[in-house]
Amino acid sequence: MVKEIERAGIPVVHMCTVVPISLTVGANRIIPTIAIPHPLGNPSLEAIEEKLLRRKLVEKALVALETEVDGQTVFED
Amino acid sequence: MAKARVVHYINQFFAGIGGEEKANVKPHVSVELPVISQQLAKLLGDEAEIVATVVCGDSYFNENLESAKSEILEMIKKANPDMLIAGPAFNAGRYGMACGTVVKMVQDEMDLKAFTAMYEENPGVDVFKKDVLIIKTSDSAAGMRKALPSVAKMALKIINGENIGTPDEEGTITRGLRVNVFSEERGSMRAVNMLVKKLKGESFTTEYPMPIFDRVAAKPAIKDITKAKIAVVTSGGIVPKHNPDRIESSSASKYGRYDISTFKTLSEADHETAHGGYDPTYANLDPNRVVPMDVLRDLEHEGKIGSLFQYFYSTVGNGTSVANSVKYAEDIAKDLLANNVDAVILTST
Repeated sequence: MVKEIERAGIPVVHMCTVVPISLTVGANRIIPTIAIPHPLGNPSLEAIEEKLLRRKLVEKALVALETEVDGQTVFED
Repeated sequence: MAKARVVHYINQFFAGIGGEEKANVKPHVSVELPVISQQLAKLLGDEAEIVATVVCGDSYFNENLESAKSEILEMIKKANPDMLIAGPAFNAGRYGMACGTVVKMVQDEMDLKAFTAMYEENPGVDVFKKDVLIIKTSDSAAGMRKALPSVAKMALKIINGENIGTPDEEGTITRGLRVNVFSEERGSMRAVNMLVKKLKGESFTTEYPMPIFDRVAAKPAIKDITKAKIAVVTSGGIVPKHNPDRIESSSASKYGRYDISTFKTLSEADHETAHGGYDPTYANLDPNRVVPMDVLRDLEHEGKIGSLFQYFYSTVGNGTSVANSVKYAEDIAKDLLANNVDAVILTST
């Protein structure tokens, strides 16, 4: 899906936990996330901290969208 | 000859421990051989025995890749095996990734003979097909009765040092290996024969299929994200409560487009996940963990993004065929373009 939406002309940032799959399906901007059942959260944190964690990940995704990439790029910390 | 020592790698489900709620089970050696290992052992007959079954939860493996790998490697080494068999994983994505990883690891680290089995569209196939021998199976465990004999047959072939035939002959995934063979006719003759068939419009089989590279170049970056209209797409199955479109929990036959213009956040009361391929507890309690609505609304109000598109798109990426995913994404992209969406955040579980 990542590839087809990008093919149509819209930049996509893929937020996912299993990065090797994302690389194989052809995502160009990749943000590694927390865990498979809760990519953008961590139930062991307090609600406020969890939202902060989510915000950091989404902000990272926005930075990725503003970054020119040459080929597949995993945005690590 | 002494029996060959085989280690079997399987996930928590086939070990009989449990489904998604047990996908975080840590690597361990099963005390008794699980039923699937017993069945495989029976098919292996007198020439080989399963000396240990190593079990790991699919989520645990993929989320703790490095530590899981080293723990599993130690367990396999202790069993002092002659061969490792992983799976079959059918169309279970995380399981396929684990099987491919374990097989490649024992090949590289222990120089051990190893292989696995899974469905052609399992993501593990694309990641590992060059390095790992993979027997083709059907897409669900309903195909176990066919898959296990194929696995046993291949194991015995390898143990006996027999020649492994072409992917067509063996029912394996093509690895792209080239082997020398003797042919009745020389190359020029075979090439001309192929050309003649082609000119006549008859079917022929090439001896050198061209690899297919399907990559899409990255689109240019967004110049100013504070002016951009952003949409969320997810394969994590988030849907309005009670799943109005009845998107299937696996092999989804559709996607949904859901209006979020009145939502500041998503909650247990209004949204849930339809996905059947991961433990839904966390996403059901707080759907923002998959579709980060709360944070995106905040960023929108703070002017850090231009706007959040009024719909999000969702399907269940669990065993859903590549062909269907492509179709959904094409439709979604059309809709996004028609609505002047500048960028997409796509989340996957």
